[in-house]
Amino acid sequence: MAILVNKNTKVITQGITGKSGEFHTRLSHEHAPRFVGGVTPGKGGTKCADLPVFDTVAEAREKTGCNASMIFVPPPFAADAILEAISAEIELIVCITEGIPVLDMVPVRKALDRSPKSRLIGPNCPGIITPGDCKIGIMPGHIHKRGSVGIVSKSGTLTYESVGQTTRAGLGQTTCVGIGGDPIIGTTFIDLLGMFQDDPETESIIMIGEIGGDAEIKAAQFIKENVKKPVAAFIAGQAAPKGKRMGHAGAIISGGGHGTAAEKMDALRAAGVAVSTSPADIATTLIAHMKKKR
Amino acid sequence: MNIHEFQAKKLFADNGVPVPEGYLATSGIEAEFAMRRLGCPVAVVKAQVHAGGRGKGGGVKLVKSPDECRTVAEKMIGMNLVTPQTGAEGKLVRKVYIEAGSDIDKEYYIALVLDRETASVCVMFSTQGGMDIEEVARTSPDKIVKIFIDPTIGLQGFQLRQLTFGLKLNATESKELTGFVKKLYAMFMKYDYSLLEINPLIVTKQGKMLALDGKMNFDDNALFRHKDIEAMRDFTEEDEREIEASKYGLNYIGLSGNIGCLVNGAGLAMATMDIIKSSGGEPANFLDVGGGASEEMVRNAFRILFSDKHVKAVFVNIFGGIMKCDIIAEGIVNAAKELGLKIPLVVRLEGTNVDKGKKILETSGLKIIPAEDMGDGARKAVEAAKSHK
Repeated sequence: MAILVNKNTKVITQGITGKSGEFHTRLSHEHAPRFVGGVTPGKGGTKCADLPVFDTVAEAREKTGCNASMIFVPPPFAADAILEAISAEIELIVCITEGIPVLDMVPVRKALDRSPKSRLIGPNCPGIITPGDCKIGIMPGHIHKRGSVGIVSKSGTLTYESVGQTTRAGLGQTTCVGIGGDPIIGTTFIDLLGMFQDDPETESIIMIGEIGGDAEIKAAQFIKENVKKPVAAFIAGQAAPKGKRMGHAGAIISGGGHGTAAEKMDALRAAGVAVSTSPADIATTLIAHMKKKR
Repeated sequence: MNIHEFQAKKLFADNGVPVPEGYLATSGIEAEFAMRRLGCPVAVVKAQVHAGGRGKGGGVKLVKSPDECRTVAEKMIGMNLVTPQTGAEGKLVRKVYIEAGSDIDKEYYIALVLDRETASVCVMFSTQGGMDIEEVARTSPDKIVKIFIDPTIGLQGFQLRQLTFGLKLNATESKELTGFVKKLYAMFMKYDYSLLEINPLIVTKQGKMLALDGKMNFDDNALFRHKDIEAMRDFTEEDEREIEASKYGLNYIGLSGNIGCLVNGAGLAMATMDIIKSSGGEPANFLDVGGGASEEMVRNAFRILFSDKHVKAVFVNIFGGIMKCDIIAEGIVNAAKELGLKIPLVVRLEGTNVDKGKKILETSGLKIIPAEDMGDGARKAVEAAKSHK
């Protein structure tokens, strides 16, 4: 069954006529033909990536019946694009854009709280993929293999490492979700861990976190109380110095030493999660853990 | 992005937040004139560097006359200031701020920060100012009070009362604090701060509340809409390599090790630093070349790594999604040919166009050490750095 995206997902791309928007729409559609149109204000009535372009999300929804949107809109306008999708009641909104001002995401969070119909993934994320059925984002489709591991991650390329490792190990993936590296995001580790626990196709879970904030610590508590399937984790940034922003806007270890990798790894271990100390051993850590749990 | 204390004080003044009077000085004479202009019996000479803990290193000194002010400033300008936050190498003091001395009665603490969890602005206030707030949180948490402002609703009166009644301030202080919080919150929203901290927020013997220090961190993602703040950037306070990197849109942070790293994606770049360390090596930098990197960006990234004399080996770790392995390979080959390959270069390629990329490296005629996966690559890089003299 996998989670959130499948053969019934119908996707539009907001910002489709931009270079990245068009490129990734084509690649994602090649992986699984789920795209039905795009939105660029002012370009309605034209075609892009062999799909119809509309001026507004509301019109796109009306004409195509889409239920998901992939957002490739530049940072100054991206929050507005998300709000437009929420207003049009799009059920799944995946925002790839990196660099959205943090304060712009505050009204977005409030709008999401008021609109339970819509779920946001990201921003600043690689997207979501159920291999073979639906790819919404920038991940390389060909490294994936449909299988049994659910993957949730803050990082893009580090996710590909886990995907590559689990594909080579023959386990494959049910759904991979990048939640993004920004301080304010639409979907959290906890949201997805719960979904994977309830998904009959997912047999085990990999969680990739990083320094900054305490989402992984809250996730550890959730896992202890609600997740019975085997979970393996890796936390990036064990070697990162305090106070410096390591790429992701959210990845800053703040003053009191909060948000360190060590803290998070300890909390996860205490919750029964198998924590890999090396990014090269994520799949092997999971496999060893699954053997133990049996 | 960080700014100096004198710039922070100017921003406060421009936005109606009370600060002591002060002037910038880049020489002893200027410092003397500054104090004469202030016309106060006591002044403070403060080193202007992007680091806290200045007092501990001798970067904050009280002076009682314009002559003394000149002498102290002369000694401070040009000194290498070492504080608990600068690292052993310290920071060169290029300018000082001459501030009117205040008749301090009490020292409080106030900070505004965005709370991710609730997507609101958290205002933290404590009557224990002038010291490390984490220490206060540990030893006397009852002396800290917090309110959470929902930006879509705005700051409410009852929230201000939560602050003033929460720590039992008297009527005058309550009024002063209320004014302060309103102005600080307005500034926070206006300038897109990630952190706005005043420690200490003082109350003078005359009952006036003043910001004696100001720490301001701005949301880098929002700088595009604050050209005036961007203009305050002091490149002399930043790592040369980082300035060079930002010219090419490269996400680079200098560290102190000897293994240069070039990676695509922040998470993978952090993990690469981690695996180098756990393999017994020390990363020289964090470098995320990003997904849309051009061959030119890659070539310049190499130039920066190769020109760092601490670097004894380079580890390129690429898992291409948007990033294409053949683009990286071309960048590597061109950089090596242009600059000469004098140190060991370990390359691990995976993902989009991996076969094309590997072929380009193989047929380049360059001595490149290929790696099977990132564990293999890290081990080879650490080994190469150890044996390279």
